[in-house]
Amino acid sequence: MAKRIEVGGLNVYYGDFKAVEDVSMTIEPRSVTAFIGPSGCGKSTYLRTLNRMHEVIPGARVEGKVMLDQQDLYATGVDPVAVRRVVGMVFQRPNPFPTMSIFDNVASGLKLNGVKDRKKLTAVVEQSLQAANLWNEVKDRLDKPGAGLSGGQQQRLCIARAIAVEPEVILMDEPCSALDPISTLAIEDLIEKLKDRFTVVIVTHNMQQAARVSDQTAFFNLAATGKPGRLIEMGPTKQIFSNPNEKATEDYITGRFG
Amino acid sequence: MSSPDGTAPPDRPADGTPAPQAEPQIEDLVVGEPAGPAPHFEGLAAAHADDQPTQAAAAATATGPKLELGPVGHLGDRLFAGLARGSGGLVVAIVAFVGVFLLALAIPALADNQSSFLFSRVWEPGGEEPRFGIAALFYTTVVSSIIAMVIAVPIAVGVALFTTYYAPKRLAAPVAHAIDLLAAVPSIIYGLWGILFFAPILRPVIDGVSGALGWLPVFEKPTGDNVGVVFTASVVLAIMILPVVTAISREIFAQTPIAHREGALALGATRWEMIRISVLPYGRSGVVSASMLGLGRALGETVAVLIILSVPNGNDPWNSSIFAGGETFASKIANNAAEFDSPEKTGAYIAAGLVLFVVTFLVNSAARLIVARSGPGGKRPRRNRSAGGAAAKEGAVA
Repeated sequence: MAKRIEVGGLNVYYGDFKAVEDVSMTIEPRSVTAFIGPSGCGKSTYLRTLNRMHEVIPGARVEGKVMLDQQDLYATGVDPVAVRRVVGMVFQRPNPFPTMSIFDNVASGLKLNGVKDRKKLTAVVEQSLQAANLWNEVKDRLDKPGAGLSGGQQQRLCIARAIAVEPEVILMDEPCSALDPISTLAIEDLIEKLKDRFTVVIVTHNMQQAARVSDQTAFFNLAATGKPGRLIEMGPTKQIFSNPNEKATEDYITGRFG
Repeated sequence: MSSPDGTAPPDRPADGTPAPQAEPQIEDLVVGEPAGPAPHFEGLAAAHADDQPTQAAAAATATGPKLELGPVGHLGDRLFAGLARGSGGLVVAIVAFVGVFLLALAIPALADNQSSFLFSRVWEPGGEEPRFGIAALFYTTVVSSIIAMVIAVPIAVGVALFTTYYAPKRLAAPVAHAIDLLAAVPSIIYGLWGILFFAPILRPVIDGVSGALGWLPVFEKPTGDNVGVVFTASVVLAIMILPVVTAISREIFAQTPIAHREGALALGATRWEMIRISVLPYGRSGVVSASMLGLGRALGETVAVLIILSVPNGNDPWNSSIFAGGETFASKIANNAAEFDSPEKTGAYIAAGLVLFVVTFLVNSAARLIVARSGPGGKRPRRNRSAGGAAAKEGAVA
């Protein structure tokens, strides 16, 4: 469980447009890494290259290397479907499958992997919901539709769904931006707990959140609209928020950006 | 059908619920309130309440020239409202007139009918003792339409999925256009093509199926080389309803929220698994209603069926096989339009037409009902009491 990600010289394009330029970084296992930066700086785009989800958008392509413990995710012969089973993802808006029950939502990833044994499914669903701090709230109505939960519960259901397949890495793309402060707190507690088992990468617009939950912080920025986003600085969260090396980082985190 | 009073646009989804994603936030905020800064808001509200009387007093004391605030209603507005109401009413009136016309002409003939109208297979209207029943017509109409649907819907769903999720863009558009073009072919052409070109091609299929399943009366092949049979008509009907079912399915599949699709893909779903998990559940009700619309078209199709179906000899016993000839409501009426010489006879055919009208109406209503109840996106999130209770518990836990 939990592997190191090493990215080298990564460029991301949408057609002819270069969205992210020359990003290199190392993401440590069993830690939380936060990506911060202004809107449009390419941090979400970059996050999606870590499990090849960007390929869903027509015309998107990548140059460079993304190594997951010495294995290049972009080597020829690597199936993006297999990559996504190892690198899970949680999205900005909670997206449980609306026609499925809570149980089936969590079990869906396992079923895709061909697990049919009801006993095993039941066990994994319970473990995953426990790990997502949701079990106590839903254990009596696992057969009810997942869409009937509150937004915060739905997001934790999505996290349970992601960890049910035991990925190495969990990517979170602004997981709290559609949630109220209390649900946000619940998710942040959960992230803290998840890093014992997984490598967690989170994109956030909320700098307090980055400061609270992450061990490492990476600051992305873009020179101007229409220019590609770049990684400006990456380091321990404490250092980035107290004594950043770059002036741009300091301006951004102190709110003097732009 | 449009809404009862004809004023609401018929295409609007019956439930005006907003996007489900928007709901949870509101609930969360409500849940969060007791633990949140509620006292602060009360204080603010109190302060605001204090402000109001002074403001009102200030407004009352202020004097000035009286503002032009009337009269209510502009001429253009009233004119347009009248036009819109009139058009809506006109549609309802036309539908009502058609119904009344059918009933008024059918009732005298039905009163004189000497056999059961619904359960008899005899068709001898006119004369001293008119005897007519719609059982045979009903059977052929429904069976041919259902076979058409069984053939067309899987193909339509396949084409729709291909054009939305499999085909590269430059291939998807031409395929979609080609399917749409099928809808532009006049039904008389389908009839001619069906009987002259397509029916001989179907001959081996008919022989094969009847050879394998001929022990069932439905698949039993009568002697002779007749190709103008119910099955042939069904296949041509399937081609005719393919465009409408494809177009609606395509539209609904393309609308599957990207969040649902990405949710499946992020779990490591292949493209087919993604379609199975997110696209098909989302589009299910749309496909059902598209099929119903196709069924409605197939039920009422006249000219193509009229040309293809061979009318059985009046002396032969009735044959339930789909590899025999027959007559549908529409083809029967069209075939015998020249016979409308006495009110009695005319009434019999109009009564048959009335049944077709009712069946088509019921099918369309069923389609509307299915769409209204489950809308695109399958089940609506149920906000029941238990969900609210758990949400409250979540607030308490947090």
